[in-house]
Amino acid sequence: MAASELDTRVRRGGFWSDTNRTGIASWIFSTDHKRIGLLYFYSTFGFFLVGVLLGLLLRIELMAPGRTIMGPQTYNALFTVHGVVMIFLFIIPGFQGSFGNLVMPIQIGARDVSFPRLNLFSWWIYMIGAVIVLTSLFTGGGPPDTGWTFYVPFSARTGTNVSLAVLGVFIIGFSSILTGLNFVTTIHRLRAAGMGWMRVPLFTWSLYATAWIQILATPILAITLVLVAAERMLGTGLFDPVQGGDPIMFQHLFWIYSHPAVYIMILPAMGVISDIIPVFSRKPIFGYKMIVFSTLAIAAAGSLVWGHHMFTSGMSDTAVLVFSFLTFIVAIPSAIKVFNWVTTLYKGSISLEAPMLFALSFILLFSIGGLSGLILGAAATDVHVHDTHFVVGHFHYVMFGGTGFAFFAAMHYWLPKFYGRRYAEKPALVGWALMFTGFNLMYFTMQVLGMKGMPRRYYDYLPEFATLNLVATVGSWILVTGLIIMLVNLFRGLWWGEPFAGNPWGGATLEWSTPTPPPTENFVEEPVVTHGPYDYKGSGIP
Amino acid sequence: MSHPPHKDYDGAKLGMWLFLFTELLLFGGMFLLYAVYLKRYPHEFAAGGKQLNWIMGSANTVILLTSSLCVAMSVTAIQRDEPRRAVALVAGTIICAAGFMTVKYFEWSAKIGHGIYPGSAHLKAGAPGESVFFSLYYMTTGIHGLHVLIGGALLGWIASRVNTGTVNAREFILLENGALYWHLVDLIWIFIFPLYYLVL
Amino acid sequence: MSEEQHIISYRKLAFVWVALLALTALTVGVTRVELGAYKVLAALAIACVKGGLVIAVFMHMKYEGRLLRWLLFLTLVTLAIFIGFTFFDVLYR
Repeated sequence: MAASELDTRVRRGGFWSDTNRTGIASWIFSTDHKRIGLLYFYSTFGFFLVGVLLGLLLRIELMAPGRTIMGPQTYNALFTVHGVVMIFLFIIPGFQGSFGNLVMPIQIGARDVSFPRLNLFSWWIYMIGAVIVLTSLFTGGGPPDTGWTFYVPFSARTGTNVSLAVLGVFIIGFSSILTGLNFVTTIHRLRAAGMGWMRVPLFTWSLYATAWIQILATPILAITLVLVAAERMLGTGLFDPVQGGDPIMFQHLFWIYSHPAVYIMILPAMGVISDIIPVFSRKPIFGYKMIVFSTLAIAAAGSLVWGHHMFTSGMSDTAVLVFSFLTFIVAIPSAIKVFNWVTTLYKGSISLEAPMLFALSFILLFSIGGLSGLILGAAATDVHVHDTHFVVGHFHYVMFGGTGFAFFAAMHYWLPKFYGRRYAEKPALVGWALMFTGFNLMYFTMQVLGMKGMPRRYYDYLPEFATLNLVATVGSWILVTGLIIMLVNLFRGLWWGEPFAGNPWGGATLEWSTPTPPPTENFVEEPVVTHGPYDYKGSGIP
Repeated sequence: MSHPPHKDYDGAKLGMWLFLFTELLLFGGMFLLYAVYLKRYPHEFAAGGKQLNWIMGSANTVILLTSSLCVAMSVTAIQRDEPRRAVALVAGTIICAAGFMTVKYFEWSAKIGHGIYPGSAHLKAGAPGESVFFSLYYMTTGIHGLHVLIGGALLGWIASRVNTGTVNAREFILLENGALYWHLVDLIWIFIFPLYYLVL
Repeated sequence: MSEEQHIISYRKLAFVWVALLALTALTVGVTRVELGAYKVLAALAIACVKGGLVIAVFMHMKYEGRLLRWLLFLTLVTLAIFIGFTFFDVLYR
């Protein structure tokens, strides 16, 4: 592909061609936020595909009762690696790293982020961490089999390669922190003239809230992982009851990070949706200020509810009550967002193009995921479905149906802008339809299975669950078929597709006012913002 | 690049403060564990605290406070365009850091010599809470000591930049940020000291 | 935050340093007296005063704009919540 790729790159112009370096060095040593964004995009999305493959294998194993293609130890390792790869290598760094980097500086009218070299450094340590995580799979005592949560006491005792995996995740956490502080500083300091806080696009707002969670919560994960490693290597016994430690304290520390981390995953997705819906409804967003408020409220309230992962852990009943109550508070800002999106659609001139279809399915799938979350957030019902496939279905609805579909929406919405070429519309619709169908077939069935009592994290199950498991597995095949169609169409379009220029969808945010693809420092002239991000009349878009 | 490199003094300082917040939260996790286990094992923690050498702890507190003074004064010095004095003051900070680590070394080796270290037979035989106290002590002061080392190296590098004039009376944000980092190390110790050495 | 610099005099820094040393001596003194459970509280209160001095003067927070102060406040509140909410479990188990 080298020759043809070179050709297209030369013809592409913008930041693709105005660089002093050539070849791979022009990417991995570039401090241009767009190049770093694409680096992040390809690395995180590559890991996403690895995660998809592992998930597919897990579903094949569960196709029929008993051993299908793997034994219990392999299954434990696979679901652990699937979780670690999807969460720490794709979904947490994914949105911030790729679309945050690509779009955010342009959206606020900046030439780059505040600390471009630090930005590149973040990507480098992300890659180092990722390589260490992958190394842990093939060295030492074999791939970790603890689940992505690394719960003690098992993680302190298992002979598998937990220490190395934990080190890798620790390093990736460092990368996440640096991206977070870079983005907060950028959004505070580098907004263009005229862009007051109430003119900041909602995607950028969501990145701002996300960055704060990264700054304030990630260090807690870091120290927790250090303590697990110390537990394994030094025998500190801080989580070991025999030496006076308390394993539940590990769960507290872990979820103090990992619950807010759920909002690191979903908030940027909500931001993308808030940017796409008004553009394809030809209407200003409904309740801009309330969406901003709810973004910040979700970030804040999300830091108060970690205990709802621990209802059955043996923590005090008082804590169960308090955390269950607080969990319901998060539903309020989430619902505000859904209402605002739907109200934006009302009487809009809706055009169902690919980004919009993904955005609309986000609203539906996220709502299903969110509502099933309330069932888990209520302590009384949680006790029944805890650690069943209901939980697995729930968080896949939020993380895949939510963040995943929003990521696809962002790919169809923004990537043509940076490549100057676009995908074909029809195959994109076919891909979307298959994915949407397969997704619901698979995960809704999982939720039903969970309600019927099928536990998670076992390679085997009772015969009565066989039919529904087969249905779910078939769903996974439809989903992956759709994914392949979508990807082939998208990337074929980005390399060889029709030219994409100007502002075909009529967005009013700043990224649509730069040349396509944007030049290295984004703007020909420094922009002065005179209207809001969804003020289509003010920006003269018909 | 058509534009001159972008200098944003306030942005650089904001970025540094955000980083310090993450450090606060990192140690915050340790303090969280301390609080929980102090609640559960008040007597064992008191017994453990008695075994720590409060004189060495106090000495290290004085050393770190002095080092903080030095680095704060070096910022004043560079702002007043006295680079030689700034370098001398940073050197003073680094000497203090070395002193701190030396005291720490003697303290730790004395403890380890008495068979008190994570996972030791002595601690396993004793009360469970005491083992928790010393594990926390080693983890917290260990990570803090690591920060002292990193901070010292960082300040050494910055001092060399002051020497060459890259950091000067107009462009001193690097020294200011280095000083901020060092103060954070001091700040953490201000809380470690009474919690571990003086809870008797 | 403003671009103009506030230079803190050596005298003032030295004064704060003396105050910090005095407070250190006070902490040691207080914890040697039999105060029971108040000992931890007293030691922590003094540590907070010392921390406040370091942040305000050594770290120049006293001369920074509102933004940094608010963000610091936000961070400390977050930490307090993390520690405090854990006690919903620890206190009532």
